[in-house]
Amino acid sequence: MAAHLKKRVYEEFSKVVQVTHEEAPAKKLRLSKPSKSAALHVDLCKASSSTDALQYLLTFSRKPVEAESVEGVVRILLEHYYKETDSSVRLKIASLLGLLSKTPGFSPDCIVDDAINTLSSEKSHQVLAQLLDSLLVIGSQLPESPAVRLRLIEVAYKNLSDSSFGVRTKCLQLLGCLGLLEAPLGKDTMRDVQSIISDYFGDQDPRVRTAALKAMLQLHERGMKIHQIIYDQACRLLSDDYEQVRSAAVQMVWVLSQLYPESIVPIPSSNEEIRLVDDAFGKISHMVSDGSWMVRVQAAKTLGSMLQVSPHFLEQTLDKKLMSDLRRKRTAHERAKELFASGEFSSGRKWADDAPKEKLDTNTVNLIASGACGAFVHGLEDEMFEVRNAAVEALCQLARSSPSFAEKCLDFLVDMFNDEIEEVRLQSIHVLRQISTHITLREDQLDTVLAVLEDSSRDIREALHELLCFTNVSTKECIQLALLELLKNLNKYPTDRSSVWKCLKFLGSRHPTLVLPLVPELLSTHPYFDTPEPDMDDPTLRFWFWSLNAATSCPTMPALFSDHTFRHYAYLRDSLSHLVPPLRLPGRKQVYGLDSVDCGSGSVESAQLFLQQSLNRVSTIQNLEAAGAPELLDLTIRDLQRLGELQTELAGAADFCATFLRCQLLLMKALQEKLWNISVPLILKQNITVTAAAQQVLDESYKLEFLYSGLENRQVATIHHVRLQAKALQLILAARTRHGSCEKFLQDVESFQRLFLTELPHLQDSFVEKLLELLPRLSSCKPVEQVKILQTTLRQSGLLQLRLPEQIHRATATIIEPTGESDNPLRFTSGLVVALDIDATLEHVQDPQNSVKVQVLYPDGQSHVIHPKPADFRKPGPNRHRLITQVYLSHTAWTGEACFHLAASCWPTAPPAPPGWDGPDAMDGLPACRGTVEGTIPFSKHVKVFIMPKPARR
Amino acid sequence: MPEINVTPLGAGQDVGRSCILVSIGGKNIMLDCGMHMGYNDDRRFPDFSYITQNGRLTDFLDCVIISHFHLDHCGALPYMSEMVGYDGPIYMTHPTKAICPILLEDFRKITVDKKGETNFFTSQMIKDCMKKVVPLNLHQTVQVDDELEIKAYYAGHVLGAAMVHIKVGSESVVYTGDYNMTPDRHLGAAWIDKCRPDILISESTYATTIRDSKRCRERDFLKKVHETIERGGKVLIPVFALGRAQELCILLETFWERMNLKAPIYFSTGLTEKANHYYKLFITWTNQKIRKTFVQRNMFEFKHIKAFDRSYADNPGPMVVFATPGMLHAGQSLQIFKKWAGNEKNMVIMPGYCVQGTIGHKILNGQRKLEMEGRATLDVKLQVEYMSFSAHADAKGIMQLIRMAEPRNMLLVHGEAVKMEFLKGKIEQEFSIDCYMPANGETATVTTNPSVPVDISLNLLKREMALGGPLPDPKKPRTMHGTLIMKENSLKLVSSEQALKELGLNEHQLRFTCRVQLQDPHSDPDTLHRIYTHLKSVLKGYTIQHLPDGTVMVESIVIKVSSSAEDTNAKVLLLSWSYQDEDLGSFLSTLLKKGLPSGLC
Repeated sequence: MAAHLKKRVYEEFSKVVQVTHEEAPAKKLRLSKPSKSAALHVDLCKASSSTDALQYLLTFSRKPVEAESVEGVVRILLEHYYKETDSSVRLKIASLLGLLSKTPGFSPDCIVDDAINTLSSEKSHQVLAQLLDSLLVIGSQLPESPAVRLRLIEVAYKNLSDSSFGVRTKCLQLLGCLGLLEAPLGKDTMRDVQSIISDYFGDQDPRVRTAALKAMLQLHERGMKIHQIIYDQACRLLSDDYEQVRSAAVQMVWVLSQLYPESIVPIPSSNEEIRLVDDAFGKISHMVSDGSWMVRVQAAKTLGSMLQVSPHFLEQTLDKKLMSDLRRKRTAHERAKELFASGEFSSGRKWADDAPKEKLDTNTVNLIASGACGAFVHGLEDEMFEVRNAAVEALCQLARSSPSFAEKCLDFLVDMFNDEIEEVRLQSIHVLRQISTHITLREDQLDTVLAVLEDSSRDIREALHELLCFTNVSTKECIQLALLELLKNLNKYPTDRSSVWKCLKFLGSRHPTLVLPLVPELLSTHPYFDTPEPDMDDPTLRFWFWSLNAATSCPTMPALFSDHTFRHYAYLRDSLSHLVPPLRLPGRKQVYGLDSVDCGSGSVESAQLFLQQSLNRVSTIQNLEAAGAPELLDLTIRDLQRLGELQTELAGAADFCATFLRCQLLLMKALQEKLWNISVPLILKQNITVTAAAQQVLDESYKLEFLYSGLENRQVATIHHVRLQAKALQLILAARTRHGSCEKFLQDVESFQRLFLTELPHLQDSFVEKLLELLPRLSSCKPVEQVKILQTTLRQSGLLQLRLPEQIHRATATIIEPTGESDNPLRFTSGLVVALDIDATLEHVQDPQNSVKVQVLYPDGQSHVIHPKPADFRKPGPNRHRLITQVYLSHTAWTGEACFHLAASCWPTAPPAPPGWDGPDAMDGLPACRGTVEGTIPFSKHVKVFIMPKPARR
Repeated sequence: MPEINVTPLGAGQDVGRSCILVSIGGKNIMLDCGMHMGYNDDRRFPDFSYITQNGRLTDFLDCVIISHFHLDHCGALPYMSEMVGYDGPIYMTHPTKAICPILLEDFRKITVDKKGETNFFTSQMIKDCMKKVVPLNLHQTVQVDDELEIKAYYAGHVLGAAMVHIKVGSESVVYTGDYNMTPDRHLGAAWIDKCRPDILISESTYATTIRDSKRCRERDFLKKVHETIERGGKVLIPVFALGRAQELCILLETFWERMNLKAPIYFSTGLTEKANHYYKLFITWTNQKIRKTFVQRNMFEFKHIKAFDRSYADNPGPMVVFATPGMLHAGQSLQIFKKWAGNEKNMVIMPGYCVQGTIGHKILNGQRKLEMEGRATLDVKLQVEYMSFSAHADAKGIMQLIRMAEPRNMLLVHGEAVKMEFLKGKIEQEFSIDCYMPANGETATVTTNPSVPVDISLNLLKREMALGGPLPDPKKPRTMHGTLIMKENSLKLVSSEQALKELGLNEHQLRFTCRVQLQDPHSDPDTLHRIYTHLKSVLKGYTIQHLPDGTVMVESIVIKVSSSAEDTNAKVLLLSWSYQDEDLGSFLSTLLKKGLPSGLC
């Protein structure tokens, strides 16, 4: 109560003062809204103690301040600042200065001087630091004013010698952010910013040292060229006692190594000289065995981006000379390699087979590896998985740029497949895939890789399949091994089917010559005897993808196939065409004329040409009433659809065009009907078809807009135009049966005009153009007349031309799991939920986390939309997403089995729920479009899932 | 100069029986109190008579610190505390304190109950001894007394293993115990901050070895087990109950989980179950992975590993069995081995070193026919594998630790002399610090150069500040005037006035006077004036006054002129200055000796 009263008192009081301030002398007039500042002033004056004042300031800082009154507020604050004895209040005021100068629309140059003046009288270090911080804010708000900057820099110089670390830190920050990039002309008194900052590399306080390094890095980021002299100092800081200093120093050294990679630095205590980048590489490598894991992560990450380092140094990072009792010992890697070379595979069967061999000279053993020795060996064995991950990442970057290094780091990466943390394992598999172009796996390495196929994590297995798709192996034994392991994998985890098949396909097509000798064995053919024909569902059939793919590039292979092979081929080619390539089989007629065996890469252009020609042809249709126009459109649509099937590259574009043309055709047909001349009662039947057409056009227009990626504004305008036409059509139809108002339609037209103002010139002679001409008349006349006008314009308007954008893709979703082929119903206890695994591939979907939903259609016609978790989406490739999620279904009891429909659907995010999506009122009598929920566009086929309740237990 | 003395009673140029005496800053500390596995006589325990011939040790030791629970580091503890007699504090970490008595009890059982030794410590003695233990936390600074403080760091090696930093004043020693610089499946890597001790006492078991990555070994191990299981064979892994066994369990457990394997894994029970309980409890002492996932599932709560029963050995189908002891010389592991040895599908994996004479050693060396007791022979058909899992730092790891801690001197223990020699050379060459490797009973002495803290009075400091000059830079020495008072073990630097006041002494003034002969034809006052103007032009920035009583004052230096009676031209200048103005005074005297320049008016 008391607080409330107090508040009221202040409120009233502040009102009074407001009046007085308005009557104040002229110089106060620039405070256009003095209320705020005045209230503050009063509050501060009223404040009996510093805690009170602080409280007022705190509440004040929570409220936004208008740009016009900022200056006034600042003056009042400063006035109070000089009076205040308590440093915490001054500190708050100082921080408010910075906060206020950030107010949008306020230019802080008018308060710079005042702010700087406060510095001179300040005694408290904390307040001083805060003031400098505020100045930094002010300075960065005024990037265009060099004079202010110069002043601020001078201030920073002056305060650099302060005894408090906070002040020095802030000064350095200020210098880093605002320091002039070019040396100021004609001012000798000001030393170079860099040399001043570098003086503080040796400061006694680690925080100041860090700030100095950071400031230097800031300068670098702003485009100043850091001098090479700094290098030595930065290197010295690498052995600092404090981790944040070392961390910053690693960055600094890295920056310099990128700036001066080729300059020469001497090696201390010897006469030799090496390139700076090599030296820096060695020093940063050293940091990989630092005491602090943050520094280790930093160092490991940094190593990855030092691509200019010489190969000699690079290879040292993987070097770890082993010894035992002073005798040189080979690493397990070396031993594995040797065993492999000698033909024996098993390793370590005997005790002490790793017994050390030659005696080492004690002088040559270097225990503390100087330079880059074994950095990655350390990094990959680190105790923190963050470091290991960073090291793997770095290995990847380096290996991608150096094939020889890739070869060398292979063993280490393969070792990482056995890491205890799944993230690291996954990462190393991905990395191996990325560098797989450089490497060929040896049998023993492959063996280790393949062992991971039994991992229970699906991600790991799929990553490994992906890796195997891109791997080169060296011998036919390897390929056999891979094959057997993949089959084992398939047996253990049948859900991996599609991914394993794909993997087999690539393996086959990658190594045709290695596959060749294995074919008879795998297809179990025999030179003399006819073997029984394998069952089509036999797992051995999977070899097919593999051998058939190999056969495409190995012409001698088909000769090894037996008769039933060819028969199966025909079946497989038809059923699993994405896995089975077209084969030119000797003595066999091409079953499908369209099997594009001879459809080489050059055909993309021809297809493109064809597409263009088709569009041109259509564009000749000027008048909707023209004879033969519908036929031509029909034909073109068919052509385009077929083209899309044949040419996957152009599928999106062809599909887009076809859909667009279909819309046009529908519109055309709807308008062509003679019905427009017949009297109302007779046309009820036709009316229904036309209404359906209008609705379909509307639906298609939404699909056109949201399902295709790569659309330009122009196409969007065209699509909207079509939609407008459809709406007009609906309006006319509605008007014929009862009276409707076209206000909403007019709004649509206006919003169209607003949205596509720039595109209007391209829409000449179109419906909209005519409509816009008639708009003033339209809006004023009666509804009946409006409809008439609309009707004539609609009928008179010409066909809109479609111009294709560069790249256009249709968003699609394929539900892999559940397949929908199963006749066995899923059983569940009624009333409880049943979880259904869903595995779907999404192509060309933008922002799937927000837009993609799973839609479930219950047997009773109810429909649910389920939002998958963001974590359920994985991104295996560009423009591709994978959705692996679980959907919970439930239903109350019924007796028989029932069929659920599942579909992935898109939730267009751009306009929240398209207006009039489920059609205007006129649609009442029509059956609702099956399977759509308001505001969604399905973009996958429906999958049927049978589920059946178990009899409820009593 | 103060010294730190280090005397190993055990583990000096030797492995086993770790016991090191350190005397630092007047404090005596015993680091570890272990037994030697190789001996069954008196040499088993350290020779405590080195400390005192008769009576208890309490008076001679300030504290005992145990680094970890291995018997070669704590085996002699009850003997020392209860039989020899020690009542002071014994420090160890929490896990060590929990597991140590289990091992001691086991050790006692074997020696007393099995071997029938008498005059050995009893269960009650172990209990009494453990009552004297003060538990330590990682990175917790514990004050043993006013001057001695100790701090534990993580050492890897086994659960609860710690390195200790012992500090008296500014002198300090770090003792590593056994440690491991590479993480394994259940423990992290050793870590220490840059504490710059005077001596770093490090183990050096693998002083001449640089080991291959752990990952390869693990992978080999898993692959072999996996292959045997897939073939339908049985795998026997003889282990010692604590330490490596847990690591291997975790390794297999996670592998089973990852690969979805179903074959059973058994662990022969006994001591292990108790110990495993502690492993579950002390999650904070394990590695990152276990620490991060224990909320979902404690890794030591094994899903696939079950307790072994004697009858299981005859079960058909694949299985993995961990059985004690590790060298196949007796007990359950030997029984199982006998049962399985005949089948070539089976496999035995020896995860550690085997002493000569044990069956483990024989089969590792490829012996295929073993003679058992009662003239029976055993054909060994199963596969024999050797897999080294050891948790000591290798040469590189030791160097890495030195780099982390930056000691001033190095001292090696717990290793063989030849190997130490090599590492010593390397350390001296790489870090250019002294390295010692005393044998048992030999004392290594390191002189230290401790900094002596001195209290300085604020007034003096402020006065010094007021004198100006640059701000104090802690990295550069700076001279100042003051009086050092040593009183009751404390040092104080105060201004001289205050010192006089405190000590009740009178101040004595010390003045120097000096005569300077000068040839000057002018009269005395004129000469004085000439001197005044001369000094004024030379000594800028000093206050120079010409006083009416016929003297010139430069600061506090008084200059008087008198002419000698016989020669009016020969003037005698009298200079007088106090001791404090010695610099200026001597400068003036030399200046005036040169005479006055003629150009003066």
